[in-house]
Amino acid sequence: MTKPLRPALIGGVLLAVLGSLCPFLWFVLTSFKSQIQVEAIPPTWWPDGSLGFYTSALSEHRLLYYIRNSVIVAGATTVIALVVATPAAYALARLRMAGKAWILGGLLCVAMFPHIVIAGPVWQILERLGGLNTHWGLVLPYVSLTLPLAVWVLTTFFHELPFELEEAARIDGCTTWQALYRIVLPLAAPGLFTATILTFIYAWNEFFFALLILTDPEHQTLPVGIALFQGEFTMPWGEIAAASVIATLPLIIIVLLFQRRIINGLSAGAVKG
Amino acid sequence: MTPSTRDRTTGWLMVFPALTFVAVFSLYPAMDSFLLSLYSELPGSERTFIGFGNYAELFRDPVAHQAFIVTLGFVLLSTFLELLLGTGIALVIHERFKGRGWTRAAVLVPWAIPTVVAAQMWRFLLNDQYGAVNAILFGDQVDAYVPWLADPWMAFGAIVLADVWKTSSFAGLLILAGLQVIPDETYDAARIDGATAWQRFRHITLPLLKPALLTALLFRTIDAFRVFDLVFVMTQGGPGDATQVIQFYGYKTLFTEGRVGYGTTISVTVFVALAILSLFYVRTVGSKLLQREPA
Repeated sequence: MTKPLRPALIGGVLLAVLGSLCPFLWFVLTSFKSQIQVEAIPPTWWPDGSLGFYTSALSEHRLLYYIRNSVIVAGATTVIALVVATPAAYALARLRMAGKAWILGGLLCVAMFPHIVIAGPVWQILERLGGLNTHWGLVLPYVSLTLPLAVWVLTTFFHELPFELEEAARIDGCTTWQALYRIVLPLAAPGLFTATILTFIYAWNEFFFALLILTDPEHQTLPVGIALFQGEFTMPWGEIAAASVIATLPLIIIVLLFQRRIINGLSAGAVKG
Repeated sequence: MTPSTRDRTTGWLMVFPALTFVAVFSLYPAMDSFLLSLYSELPGSERTFIGFGNYAELFRDPVAHQAFIVTLGFVLLSTFLELLLGTGIALVIHERFKGRGWTRAAVLVPWAIPTVVAAQMWRFLLNDQYGAVNAILFGDQVDAYVPWLADPWMAFGAIVLADVWKTSSFAGLLILAGLQVIPDETYDAARIDGATAWQRFRHITLPLLKPALLTALLFRTIDAFRVFDLVFVMTQGGPGDATQVIQFYGYKTLFTEGRVGYGTTISVTVFVALAILSLFYVRTVGSKLLQREPA
């Protein structure tokens, strides 16, 4: 690092941090305001610390349902996607199989499908199975949508682990499955964790399929609830802000704690190789 | 059984569940959509085979043309800005300084926020009465407040702004990964020769960053083509059809109007356009992404 660049770096850091945080900070401030403050023209900057919007979002706008549904759907998606993706990624990283490149390339292509092209038929499948307005009806397509990313992240990760231990285990008579579960998984815990985070964030944030599949308010997830928030006469901005803060809080905690893993995971499938 | 046949059997068993999921919920639906697009199906009427009739209609449909132009404009403008800002972000968070971890976490916040939340947030920031943007620009001069989302061009700009805010950091991460593989020594010789910071960036960083930039371009273009959440929440395609992107038009035709045949035709066309674009990119990137077959 040369000296003359330092002021530029400070400026860059400030710009990046403020630009990233300030818009959302305004929403956070809004969520702690009173109705009068929100509707003041010009706006008041500093909130009076009222929790009114949180209580009314919970009591009048079904926020509790949305949170519960999001936790169930995102949680189930993450568990199933990881259970399915892990052996697949292991096979693609380690075993001698024909067509591995095709499977990986194919998964990448599938991840790029525009969602609308699969939405109609998926809706019909779920209608036939009775999966509309159910949690599992959303979890099934979510698993399919998150698998490509999970498999890519895990394949890259497995590939970087030393092969010798598994080889020794298999010479000692372990089956492939035993080698995976006893030797590889404990070593691959960080990679599994990264894939878990990325899958969870995807499922927590997804809107398009949730909008189509969940029309019954009791089953809707946070993004659908927040998008369709309606007041009786005016937009309930305070409640929307409060719900948004609640929907975003777990993600901000995840980002603060696991920033390094997320960055490694996202760039794993892309440039590293 | 020889070890290699056993490997092959176990291997297929291991990938089978994943492939089944993807086949049932992604591949089959995509093919089904293609078939449906060959039929005319309106709400309450019989399904009749009309070959490429829907595609002919799409070709003549002025609303679809407008939607394609809006989408294309959105993709070009937002991707360009995201690569530009993303490069800036990557250069900043690549440097070593105290508090870099916090900076990286802060930059990741827009990426992690649900798109729907980002959309509502920008919709409120740009509100014609209570919006912070108007307050910052015009303060107490309430008469000067601009109803941003009511003006066709401004509304388009607002969607681009929201997308750029939300996804520049993702582009930045992909570019950062490219920066990290450039060895520090590369710069030493240039520094000794007295190259300025800009010259080093222009003649060393940028050329070596090309693969990462192309990857970011590929991912961002494909994602921008599929923009839906922002439009749904911020403008519903309006005012007029000013922000009606193709995915939103397809959604309306398919799910609001129930015109299954024509709606799927729109979606299949988006799909084909994206596939051609991806192929083009992947060929230009030198199919680097696909060649990474684990040994």
